[in-house]
Amino acid sequence: MLPTTIPLDWYLILSAVLFVTGVVGVLTRRNAIIIFMSIELMLNAVNLSLVAFSAYSGDIGGQMFVFFIMSVAAAEAAVGLAIVLSLFRNKQTIYVDDVNVMKW
Amino acid sequence: MELQPLLFLVFALGAVISAVSTVTRKNPVSSAMSLVAHFFMLAGLYLTLEAQFVAAVQVLVYAGAIMVLVVFVIMLLNLGNEQALTENRGLRSTLATLIGAVFAVQIILVTVAEPTGANALPSRAVEIGTTESIGQSLFTQYLFPFEAISLLLLAALIGSVVLAKRHMK
Repeated sequence: MLPTTIPLDWYLILSAVLFVTGVVGVLTRRNAIIIFMSIELMLNAVNLSLVAFSAYSGDIGGQMFVFFIMSVAAAEAAVGLAIVLSLFRNKQTIYVDDVNVMKW
Repeated sequence: MELQPLLFLVFALGAVISAVSTVTRKNPVSSAMSLVAHFFMLAGLYLTLEAQFVAAVQVLVYAGAIMVLVVFVIMLLNLGNEQALTENRGLRSTLATLIGAVFAVQIILVTVAEPTGANALPSRAVEIGTTESIGQSLFTQYLFPFEAISLLLLAALIGSVVLAKRHMK
């Protein structure tokens, strides 16, 4: 039976599961765009736990952090996708295994 | 029967399913569409936390702006043939999934063993999630980071233009 209110721990567990999904995505996929999307998944999982902590403690700090994380994610999206574009232009691939010039 | 836990379960299930589908789809476009669904589910979860401003910004910035950028790049790269979309999955994927599972179980065990004790939203939660209160602290207490982030966005703008432009010989 469901409780009448949601405990904070539910949000934390959900956030952990979503974060791990993102980690597995980064580790298993080789397509640079999908790796990029998995990183967004991880950022959003952290945002969820920050908002949950902020709401349950009645402090606005967590939601401010989420605001700033979103700005950083937008900047990251712009630069990351520009890198993918110039990678494709130079090597005709977006598979990270094919990009091993700097690998020792 | 309270509505809020039910809504949480619906959105949480949707978020997990769309996240897994983002990671497992072969075609980047289906991945991107799952990620859009994921962002909407998260916006719903933010609403169950009374964070209306964050929920609105989530839909506008993530589902609106960032995903349009991603889909635009996928379209621009034109990875056409399905044959090229397949990735070989071997020992590495299984190992990565195993590590991920162990990591998840660890976090869940810690959370379950030591509950936070916070079982309900305080009544203050409704006030702090509004645009008014966010704007108020953004332009008072958090004014410096707010200005700093505008510099970061400018740097990202210039950086992406420089990275993506064709180099002149």
